[in-house]
Amino acid sequence: MGDTSTEMMTGPRGPKKRRVMSSNNIIIYGTLALVCLYYLLPLYVMIVTSLKGMPEIRLGNIFSPPVEVTFEPWVKAWSEACTGINCEGLSRGFSNSVKILIPSVFVSIAVASVSGYALVNWRFKGSETFFTILIFGAFIPYQVMIYPIVIILRETGGFIGDVTGTDFRLMGSIWGLVIVHTIFGMPILTLLFRNYFTSVPDELFKAARVDGAGFWGIYFKIMLPMSLPIFVVAMILQVTGIWNDFLFGVIYTKPETYPMTVQLNNIVNSVQGVKEYNVNMAATLLTGLVPLTIYFVSGRLFVRGIAAGAVKG
Amino acid sequence: MTDQKFSVSVKNLDLRFGSLRVLKDLNLDIHEGEFLVLLGSSGCGKSTLLNCIAGLLDITDGQIFIKGKNVTWAEPSERGIGMVFQSYALYPQMTVEGNMSFGLKNARLPKAEIKERVDRAAEVLQIEPLMKRKPAALSGGQRQRVAIGRALVRDVDVFLFDEPLSNLDAKLRADLRVELKQLHQRIKNTMIYVTHDQVEAMTLADRIAIMKDGLIQQLATPEEIYNRPSNLYVADFIGSPAMNLFKGEIANNTFSLDGLSLSLDGYDFAAPFTGTAWLGIRPEHVAIGENAAAADVQMDVTAEVVDPLGSDTLVLAHVAGERFWLRISGQADTKQGDQIRIGFSARDVSLFDAATEARL
Repeated sequence: MGDTSTEMMTGPRGPKKRRVMSSNNIIIYGTLALVCLYYLLPLYVMIVTSLKGMPEIRLGNIFSPPVEVTFEPWVKAWSEACTGINCEGLSRGFSNSVKILIPSVFVSIAVASVSGYALVNWRFKGSETFFTILIFGAFIPYQVMIYPIVIILRETGGFIGDVTGTDFRLMGSIWGLVIVHTIFGMPILTLLFRNYFTSVPDELFKAARVDGAGFWGIYFKIMLPMSLPIFVVAMILQVTGIWNDFLFGVIYTKPETYPMTVQLNNIVNSVQGVKEYNVNMAATLLTGLVPLTIYFVSGRLFVRGIAAGAVKG
Repeated sequence: MTDQKFSVSVKNLDLRFGSLRVLKDLNLDIHEGEFLVLLGSSGCGKSTLLNCIAGLLDITDGQIFIKGKNVTWAEPSERGIGMVFQSYALYPQMTVEGNMSFGLKNARLPKAEIKERVDRAAEVLQIEPLMKRKPAALSGGQRQRVAIGRALVRDVDVFLFDEPLSNLDAKLRADLRVELKQLHQRIKNTMIYVTHDQVEAMTLADRIAIMKDGLIQQLATPEEIYNRPSNLYVADFIGSPAMNLFKGEIANNTFSLDGLSLSLDGYDFAAPFTGTAWLGIRPEHVAIGENAAAADVQMDVTAEVVDPLGSDTLVLAHVAGERFWLRISGQADTKQGDQIRIGFSARDVSLFDAATEARL
């Protein structure tokens, strides 16, 4: 009995103490710090190189910070770098990419979200089969479809041009690429939206029907406002995917309409003259800036959206 | 083809999901202003039937009339119904006011009328202080009140409730049950209420429809269902603990089982019967102690399990080799192992044909 009472006086009480500098923590955080460093090093090299002049680069100290900071490589990459006979820099590729990106993201998300909603809430005969076929599309390698799509774009574009009596073309134009991006985004985005809408309680949909809302009424007034998080996720996926696309960009457009990634490749891989490492680095950073910004801006929105959606209605 | 005397009429309703037949040639007529409860265990088709009446499911065959109008092909919003769901189904991004006025806005009612109706419903349900809140900021009971309000503003003839109280805790459920009953007494609309809770069914209903496997087993008043269950399933389903059942032989107007023999004089037979039958007696219809002296059959049993519930006490014993529950006064000082004198008479029991399971 005596032992028990001493135990009661001196034994554990309140929150358990945890040591901050335990060997476990040191190993874990040490490893994490090392891995971080390893991954950030190339970025560091790119940034410092892009801020150096060519003479300084030729010294070969790639890790040393610039002695003389110059923004000339950035300006050159943006507005003067040459690809072939064209010397407008990346700015044209940027504006092409934006012109491709905005309609592609908007159209693909709009179509996919409505499809996902219809597949969940307005089942029709064969809707499951339709969905299976759609998902199957996600597993077909792009390369298989490249040439058929070339023909489809050429023929439909030519047909539209003939009918309207204009020189409208899909092949080689921005609109052809927008269509391609929209179609290729469909399987994964529809799956994404379908799965999200499945988690919305069925009774909510039934209540809205009793309240007299139709297909579009329920979509715009009930489903859409509830689904901000998944729209942000879809937007991140599409913006980064479409912006970083190289394959479709190089095949379905022509030099005047090349997106930024293709133009970057042409600048960096040009074989004439001296290799301007600082300009190449600046050009690469400029191209990567859009996806990076999207991550930083909407990442916050994304977390907030998830948190808001977590509250039960 | 109009039946003006019925508020809701379901005729030969059939519903299949693939090869599964969920509702089987179901007929149901509900009177004007009646509170009808659809009761059954899960999977019996009660919610499915409600969804069919609401128009949320496409039926395979049959017709549905509401207020004498054939609404079989009508949209849910055109049927003159309001519906309340188990999960409340409030639109999370709208305020309480927005939730209640959503249906009216879809019907393009003038603003002034929407406001008037919403205000009136809010007053009836005492949710006026909550009107600017979002559903997430409401408690379960408040949410269900709002959901009822959303149905109320529609100013419809028929209200449909799909297990509206099942998500609430026991005390709130009892409170809201009483409120629902008062609401019905005040507005006198037809109400169809789905539940698996027999207490809700017994207390709220004018009539109860007990369903099993897509068929209505019995459609009658709570008293009738409790006292004169039409078949073995209903007898076993209603009452907690369930009716005590014995399988025995009826011959010469006497039910006999080893060691038990009960003269059936005084039992209200539908038709004379001889053969194998089930005898059922409710735990609360067993006479105890001195009261047992007047009964036709008397015996002593040993209390094996004693469950005090406060208001009364449940005792488990064995009679003729079968488990036998009886309900005694909560004040009786009975312990495990005690001998209890029990008795019952023919007028206390229910008899069912063992072959058809129908009431005799």
